[in-house]
Amino acid sequence: MSTVTATVISTKAGEGRVTLPRVVHSEWIKFRSLRSSYITLAVTFALTVGFGALFCWATVNRWDHLPADERAHFTPVEHSLRGYFLAQMAIGVLGVLVVTGEYSTGMIRASLSAVPKRLPVLWAKTAVFGAITWVVATVSCLIAFFLGQAILAGKHLDTTLSAPGVLRVVLGMGLYLTAVGLLAVGIGTLIRNTAGGIAAVFGTLLVLPLLAEALPSSWQDDIVPYLPSNAGQAVATLHQGPHDLAPWTGLGVLGLYVLAALIGAAAVLKRRDA
Amino acid sequence: MIEAVGLSKRYGPKTAVHDLSFTVRPGVVTGFLGPNGAGKSTTMRMLLGLDTPSSGHATLNGRRYADHAAPLREVGAMLEARAVHTGRSAFNHLLALAATHGIPRRRVEEVIDLVGLRQVARKRAGGFSLGMGQRLGIASALLGDPATLILDEPVNGLDPEGILWIRNLLKSLATEGRTVLVSSHLMSEMALTAEHLIVIGRGRLIADTSVEEFTLQASSGKVHVRTPDAARLGKLLRELPGVEVAAEDGENVLEVSGAECEQIGRLAAEHGLVLFELTPQQASLEEAFMELTKDAVEYEATVTPTTSAEEVAA
Repeated sequence: MSTVTATVISTKAGEGRVTLPRVVHSEWIKFRSLRSSYITLAVTFALTVGFGALFCWATVNRWDHLPADERAHFTPVEHSLRGYFLAQMAIGVLGVLVVTGEYSTGMIRASLSAVPKRLPVLWAKTAVFGAITWVVATVSCLIAFFLGQAILAGKHLDTTLSAPGVLRVVLGMGLYLTAVGLLAVGIGTLIRNTAGGIAAVFGTLLVLPLLAEALPSSWQDDIVPYLPSNAGQAVATLHQGPHDLAPWTGLGVLGLYVLAALIGAAAVLKRRDA
Repeated sequence: MIEAVGLSKRYGPKTAVHDLSFTVRPGVVTGFLGPNGAGKSTTMRMLLGLDTPSSGHATLNGRRYADHAAPLREVGAMLEARAVHTGRSAFNHLLALAATHGIPRRRVEEVIDLVGLRQVARKRAGGFSLGMGQRLGIASALLGDPATLILDEPVNGLDPEGILWIRNLLKSLATEGRTVLVSSHLMSEMALTAEHLIVIGRGRLIADTSVEEFTLQASSGKVHVRTPDAARLGKLLRELPGVEVAAEDGENVLEVSGAECEQIGRLAAEHGLVLFELTPQQASLEEAFMELTKDAVEYEATVTPTTSAEEVAA
């Protein structure tokens, strides 16, 4: 801290210009250099695997006492992935924080000064966070699946990846969680405030389906399946109910919500003062 | 080279910056002065495209900031030192910014040494003192080895040693032929660092001049006279047209306005009066600044009834 003499600055800064791959690299450095990134990803993994195992263990433990109707509806693959419900919250929070953390600390001004075209920052954040979330969520789901099936094997309730639809459910859950993360990035950019962003993400994913239940049942069938979380979860459901969307259609509908959030985010990021 | 052309920024009915035009030339340190709320930071944010001007535009090294392919190599900026994620280390902060331009890691190490942050570079920036935060901000600005530097209040929170360091750094950067724009509310600091001044008040340009001229322009024109014959000399001076004299009882001191030193000296000689001291009063930069910004406020108040309602609110 005691450099008093002014040093003449050399010219080792190189020649390069701003490119999207470079901004992606920058966002990767930003992501990996924050402790909260690791903590939240570890929490995502622990919730997915831990709760999956817990539910499977409880089922094995109580199987002999379960009513016949409950046994008939038991789907081992979904049961082992049930931890997703909590994991999606961890991913949603992290997705919001990736953006609002920059606004709350003032970092966003440094980011947008380095990349004054602005949109590459959003696309790079989306790409980096999407890729990381997809890897972590998919690995978590696969491990939760295998661990859960190993536990269920105690009562011969287990299934395999090669059984019809099972691989689609396991990988689909990884995609659903990734989509939730990207939705959170979009909402975080739109709202710019951590508490508000998290509230909006949870409201969209968890509260909307509850609210919709207050609607007349004749409307429910037309609305409920199209809500973001319900639509997206269709891909991670083994046997669709009568009103559920088809698996990939459902994921596609969630994808449209994500797209809309990101387009809105891009529009306000480009226009608003930082 | 920085050129602002008719920059204006309105927030609803409030005008923060009004039709501001100026040019900042390379090779000298240019001070950007104004009282709090004058619009300095808003102007600097508009220069960098962080805020969109309501009208007007600004170019840096011939282009709008956002039109540069490698903005960090053209313009280094430090706006409000805390533009850093508190959870990230200084090193990773600089590394992330450098990555956007493909600036090599050794340049990051170099600027860390340059600003003297080596020992804390791997620590979380959230724990930095104000002075360390300023040094990190300056390191970010220097990262791309830019031809133009824009620094908002860089000496804020620095200890005397740090202030001296900044002063020397800014001067050497300007000597290398770079354009250096530094905002400050510390007039005394600018008197030591800057050669040229851009002064704004209430979002309007008050002066765009050299430091020397600025002080001269606003100097009081008073003459300080010390004489054992204060009473007699005071009486003689008051008889001259347009001359005012302020005397302090029991002191041998007169403050004379409206007369030059030569005039007072000759008058004293004609009447055989002894003079101990005869000094023209130079206004300090601080006084000059107060004087000029005060005028701006008065000007604003008298002119508003004839201008638009929008400006009345400002």
